[in-house]
Amino acid sequence: MEVKGKKIAILIFTLPAICLYTFFLFIPIFASLGLSFFKWDGFGPIFFNGLQNYIDVFVHNIDSFWGSAGNSLLFAVLCVVIQLPLALILALVLSNGVKGENFFRTAYFMPVIISSVIIGALFSKVYNPDYGLLNTILGKIGLGSLKRMWLGDPKTALLAAFVPQIWQFIGYHMLLMYAAIKQVPNEIIEAAKIDGAGSFQIATKIKIPLIKPMLEVCLIFAVTGSLKIFDLIYVLTPNGGPLNSTQIPTGLMFKELFTNYSTGIGSTIAVFIVAECLIFTFLIQRIFKEKIVEI
Amino acid sequence: MVILKRIKKVLLYIMLGAVAVIQIYPVIWMILISFKDNNEIFSGNIMGLPKKLLWQNYVVAIRDAKVAVFFFNSVKVSAITLFVTICLSLTVAYAITRMGWKHSKTVLTFFLVGIMIPGQAIIMPIYELASRTHLLNTHFLLICVYTVFALPTSVYILSSFMSGLPRELEESAFIDGASIYRTFFSIIIPIIKPAIVSVLILNFIGVWNEFMFGFVLINTESLRTIPVGIQSLVGQYNTNWGPMGAAMVVATIPTIIIYTIFSGQIQNSLIVGSVKG
Repeated sequence: MEVKGKKIAILIFTLPAICLYTFFLFIPIFASLGLSFFKWDGFGPIFFNGLQNYIDVFVHNIDSFWGSAGNSLLFAVLCVVIQLPLALILALVLSNGVKGENFFRTAYFMPVIISSVIIGALFSKVYNPDYGLLNTILGKIGLGSLKRMWLGDPKTALLAAFVPQIWQFIGYHMLLMYAAIKQVPNEIIEAAKIDGAGSFQIATKIKIPLIKPMLEVCLIFAVTGSLKIFDLIYVLTPNGGPLNSTQIPTGLMFKELFTNYSTGIGSTIAVFIVAECLIFTFLIQRIFKEKIVEI
Repeated sequence: MVILKRIKKVLLYIMLGAVAVIQIYPVIWMILISFKDNNEIFSGNIMGLPKKLLWQNYVVAIRDAKVAVFFFNSVKVSAITLFVTICLSLTVAYAITRMGWKHSKTVLTFFLVGIMIPGQAIIMPIYELASRTHLLNTHFLLICVYTVFALPTSVYILSSFMSGLPRELEESAFIDGASIYRTFFSIIIPIIKPAIVSVLILNFIGVWNEFMFGFVLINTESLRTIPVGIQSLVGQYNTNWGPMGAAMVVATIPTIIIYTIFSGQIQNSLIVGSVKG
């Protein structure tokens, strides 16, 4: 079936998007990679630097790079160990059928649609030592001795920065898991109930294994999201926090680019972040491939 | 035995309720603060209802802190980005799925690869490009960048939907003599309206709340979008909580209102957008 002008139509339909995409995404990606091998302050002459940038960053630990990398990795671990299990529990409970299921789901999800910047600005007030919500509540319930300068104390700043992150996205993971659980065929659950299985068994032996693909998606989002994190931390602690305790790779990249004018080093950090995300994504997919085949 | 079940149920609802409070209360606190004046907050009424509604804070936020300007910029950038994204992704998805040609699979993969790419991968070259071509500080560049990031997921969602449509739709149209363009506009688009809505919602949330590129590419106060604008206020209004609260409420209220009305749709869109390869 020949349609007139098909070839032209295809071009018209795809060329604009492909051009935009190539120019603003593909070329810049390679430019970033390329820039990481040069030394340049953004306006003066540009020198080829070989692997020196990489050596400076990874070996000489310029600007405590590994400290910031460690922070983002810690975030990722905490997400996996705290945020995801909590989300799973909520998802299991809600999908089991409770009164007000829709209300709870909507309430839990709400922080997701708010900008991270606003959440950061909000929590910087929550953490205010004198008038903040947290210390006020602690005082009212008799735990006044726990009051701290949450964002000002190097010992608590990092964990304090992490809490809004869990708070904001726990609803997101919960929603994805909830949707997946709802897709588990009812017959299987009914059959298990007839066999005498209790809710806990049904949850662990049936529901969780059957939503493994979605768990994989959540895991990838949580981990890569933590590695890339920027907005929230930057608003809470713009300069890397007390004693640099809350610096994260993206923040360091910004510092190198805009404060130190080292585009080469900045690009190297960017390459690191991207590589990190890709590697972890593949790792997680690898792990799940084996697990799913097992079943 | 029945009593034990009852107790379990009550405890369950207490837990669910507590989580709901934890998720919602900070936003409520923000709203409460926006109506108080500094003296009230700093003299002890931190958590309670405001003594009276200090709308003055909102006037300060909108007039002095220029929150209205940020709001307008966000609306403009979001609207244009969404429009361009929809146009481009609809046409690309249609070409890929419905018009059989040799390279369609390659092009699809070309776009899908973009899903995994974080902003950090391109922000520096884009910034350097911008500062050299006088595109820095323009909404034009920001819109281009946002569109390019919106394309992968949009193309994915739309092409998934489109590939599920029966061939007969176009075939009968072609037999009747309709051109490709006619078929595209009059037949295909109306049918995939739900997918289009999902794409719009998903991308709206991402673009409206975007910070990193807006922060890097826009320096002039009068061009800032809401997230960038709010960030710029944080230092200034450090000790002036009322207006800062008001600014944050103005910045958040649109998304919250849209969310309350469309919460089902929004949640569905996010689920659809997340189930990718």
